[in-house]
Amino acid sequence: MAELVDLAGGIAELVRDGDTVALEGFTHLIPSAAALEVLRQRRRDLTLVRMTPDLVHDQLIGAGCARRLVFSWGGNPGVGSLHRLRDAVENGWPAPLEIEEHSHAGMANRYVAGASGLPFAVLRGYQGTGLGAHTDTVATVTCPFTGENLAAVAALRPDVTVIHAQRADRRGNVQLWGLVGVQKEAVLAATRSLVTVEEIVDELEPRPDAVVLPSWVVTAVAVVPGGARPSYAQGYYERDNDAYRAWDAVSRSRERFTDWLAEVS
Amino acid sequence: MRPTADELMTVTAARALAGHVSCFVGIGLPSTAANLARRVHNPDLSLIYESGAIGARPSRLPLSIGDGELAETADAVVSVPEVFNYWLQPGRIDVGFLGAAQLDRFANLNTTFVGGTYQRPTVRLPGSGGAPEIAASCREVFVMVRHSRRAFVAEVDFVTSAGHGTGPGFRAAWGLRGAGPVLVVTDLGVLEPDPVTRELTLTRVHPGVPVADVRAATGWDLRVAPDLGTTEPPTSQELSVLRRLTEGSSP
Repeated sequence: MAELVDLAGGIAELVRDGDTVALEGFTHLIPSAAALEVLRQRRRDLTLVRMTPDLVHDQLIGAGCARRLVFSWGGNPGVGSLHRLRDAVENGWPAPLEIEEHSHAGMANRYVAGASGLPFAVLRGYQGTGLGAHTDTVATVTCPFTGENLAAVAALRPDVTVIHAQRADRRGNVQLWGLVGVQKEAVLAATRSLVTVEEIVDELEPRPDAVVLPSWVVTAVAVVPGGARPSYAQGYYERDNDAYRAWDAVSRSRERFTDWLAEVS
Repeated sequence: MRPTADELMTVTAARALAGHVSCFVGIGLPSTAANLARRVHNPDLSLIYESGAIGARPSRLPLSIGDGELAETADAVVSVPEVFNYWLQPGRIDVGFLGAAQLDRFANLNTTFVGGTYQRPTVRLPGSGGAPEIAASCREVFVMVRHSRRAFVAEVDFVTSAGHGTGPGFRAAWGLRGAGPVLVVTDLGVLEPDPVTRELTLTRVHPGVPVADVRAATGWDLRVAPDLGTTEPPTSQELSVLRRLTEGSSP
């Protein structure tokens, strides 16, 4: 059963130096507060996994928490580059960053394989592109029934997955809705999981479009109202597009980023 | 109202969506064009965003592919694995709409890096996202790129998404089941693959654009169709709807 924890305690216990950590959210419900707590606790040598690394990954990479990034699209949506990610890849600042790069379809299927207890997933993907030559978790398999060549991608099995959801009940059952991304698969693929939520309620009111993660597949739940900001939580608050635009200027210069880091640390 | 170069490009691309059922939309110019098409040229067009919104009807242009309004107005909201596996992969979606930092004469697209090497790039770009499989699996692909020698290059630094590869037969040999890029819309005109060689050929210019300007902005010896046409200028309705759509929404 999921344990109710405070955010700092949950991160301290569940996210360890050297871990493979999936912080997931597809634009909606990004676990921003939890990621900042990882940064504040100065975790090091992390392999960060995320389909769409955004501000939180820019922050973690700029702060030197990451050794490796496993991803499929690294940008500030609608705004431009993640300058801390670029600085790490282009110039090795503050430290070199290994990258393991996929397409969205590939990453989504890697989580599905992890959640399904399979060693790999099969898809039509990567054909004719340059990615396979650089990424050793992509291969070609032949269908045993038709002889067709298809892409195989290795399962993702994070040590810990961290997500944000709208709410949980007192027993730790978690409910999320709206754009639910790949969070269910990311939690089920991981050894441990931490879910931050907007609120704890006595009873989860059923919603036809909601994903429910039963308490017994979640390791810990922490109440963090506003924990997705500047991303959004449907039904609670809107996406702060201005904050995404404003991050561009902070991220663009090492000096301004370093000042930001000193302020939040 | 004189249209800007971006407006000419957006209106031309939006018109091409007339008669199609569904469109897989990336953010930026493709999203603007698809939303314009739904308002003017094709009210029933189903917009599909990789965030899981199927049949989204945003009232204003979203900044990201996952803005809340996409889910709130969609016919269906599905998970990300489902978007790619059930909707895109089987070839259910008519048109995929992509941009790129670089493309070559066979419309191979690069959104990965420019300059240097993969390991140590001069400019690292965001990467693949959904593009490789959109380019592979949509029935047709439309591309929108502003015309310049930096973008229209003899050789892309990286093939993020396959167009027509090295020419005839490439897509079939790699098992790419969609038709690939059939239309490249730029701020100078329209390019389409030659039916035989698959090489991008200039088939239309925007009003008043000399062919020499298009050639000068292309990093290879650009072929020009013998029956070169001119795009119809945007109507005042197209322009006023487009301007209402983009008002205050650009970053």
